[in-house]
Amino acid sequence: MPDKAPTRRMVAAGLAVMPFAAQAQPIASAAADVNRSRSSESFADAERALLAGRTPIAAGITLDVPKLSENGNSVDVLIRVDSAMTREDHVRAIHILSEQNPYPRVATFNLTARAGRAEVATRIRLATTQNIVVLAETSRGAVHRAEQEVIVILGACVDGG
Amino acid sequence: MTDITARVTMPTSARKGEIIEIKVLARHTMDRAVDAPGLKPSPRRIIHSFRASYAGEEIFRMALSSGIASNPFISFTTVATETGVIAFEWLEDGGAVYSRAATLVVT
Amino acid sequence: MRAGAALLACCWAVTALAGDVRAPRAFLSPELRTLQDDPARHPGWLWVEQGEALWRAAPPDSGKQACAGCHGDITGMSGVAARYPAVAADGALLNLELRIERCRTEQQGASAYGYESEALLSLTAAIAARSRGQPVNVRVDGPAAAKLADGRLLYSLRQGQLNLSCQQCHEENVGKRLRGDVISHGLGTGYPAYRLEWNGVGSLHRRLRACSLGVRAVQAPFGSPDYLALELFLADKARGLAVEAPGIRR
Repeated sequence: MPDKAPTRRMVAAGLAVMPFAAQAQPIASAAADVNRSRSSESFADAERALLAGRTPIAAGITLDVPKLSENGNSVDVLIRVDSAMTREDHVRAIHILSEQNPYPRVATFNLTARAGRAEVATRIRLATTQNIVVLAETSRGAVHRAEQEVIVILGACVDGG
Repeated sequence: MTDITARVTMPTSARKGEIIEIKVLARHTMDRAVDAPGLKPSPRRIIHSFRASYAGEEIFRMALSSGIASNPFISFTTVATETGVIAFEWLEDGGAVYSRAATLVVT
Repeated sequence: MRAGAALLACCWAVTALAGDVRAPRAFLSPELRTLQDDPARHPGWLWVEQGEALWRAAPPDSGKQACAGCHGDITGMSGVAARYPAVAADGALLNLELRIERCRTEQQGASAYGYESEALLSLTAAIAARSRGQPVNVRVDGPAAAKLADGRLLYSLRQGQLNLSCQQCHEENVGKRLRGDVISHGLGTGYPAYRLEWNGVGSLHRRLRACSLGVRAVQAPFGSPDYLALELFLADKARGLAVEAPGIRR
């Protein structure tokens, strides 16, 4: 374990591997859905399945992705959803979908009111220039949607590495 | 493989009610399945799930696909509620689970 | 007359650039520059992390000490990377990677990690990271002078099917665009670097091999005298600029 002193110092550490027997209560499981995603599933199919008949609200999501990506191997994605994150009304799932990747379902984040803010970030792979779609589901059953094009530009010095 | 290199960046302490940001990085190639003519087929081997618990209760979960970049980076938040262990688990194809833990002191 | 003017123009260009060598980070996009400065998001720090673990671990079965056994805490490596490549007592020009390999085989009685192995990259990154922000200050006098001259020659030598020298891109066309890239001064201060193209950390020699491939020239092996001499020349060119390792590159 790192320094336990109650300081405000940030730890950036390979923390000691600590076996823990915590009885984690699983929250909504999305792993199964993302992992069931097949290349035969189209982007439209994936989005339709996630919407499950609901009409998405085209507001409430800040999707921060670079308009120009320097390399499709690693594209920063930051998602912020407007939500009070209360027990009664919070964002419970955020999905990242890709229009042109072999697998349209890129990731699903599951949150609870304990997050305090509906804000997540990761890095994704983009096969080519395309639209990124984000769907955010709230505990009240609403779905928000945002979309942003990312242009993947090619560098001069690719070595196939 | 018995372990992976991972880094967790978060405050060591926070005031009760404060929202803290947790950033995690793990070293993993996130190998896509190879099944193409002329190439040696190999199965997918990625980190397919990540989860975090705080004092025993799950607070965050992410399902990852092969569309997530190598050496996956994940950032999320949680409200500091009590002094306790925040535990992180990365689940790999094939069943391996890698874990880290850090203590958050809440004042 | 025309030749004289051309020569004059050429000299002017070289001197103007000599005093204006910009750090590699100056050529990064704002996003990558921010990433390079953020250890919480920079994946290169995973290699540093592993390198620090290797620093503390004794080589198995050798009965010899870990790096830390002789050198103490890795913090003591501060400033070392800024002085490499350097000429060893036996006259060989060694970069940080080869210096570590020598320690492995001669002091630790272990087998070499192998150039470009994950272990060697990790240890090199961990040691280099301790010089982050410190000015490059390699020795180019004494026995290093001849190596520097070799490096300078290679830098200006036209190579490959494209018949291009390093200098033609990285001195004469700096700041211009080549496809989606801006041509930099081609300095190695960020290496070992995490390159998005590689999805991982690689050495300067791996990058130089990519340059050789880019001009359709024969790629020299990792750790070859040619790349070592070039590495010394590039370090001399980067004199005074900060070590950026582990860098982030496209």
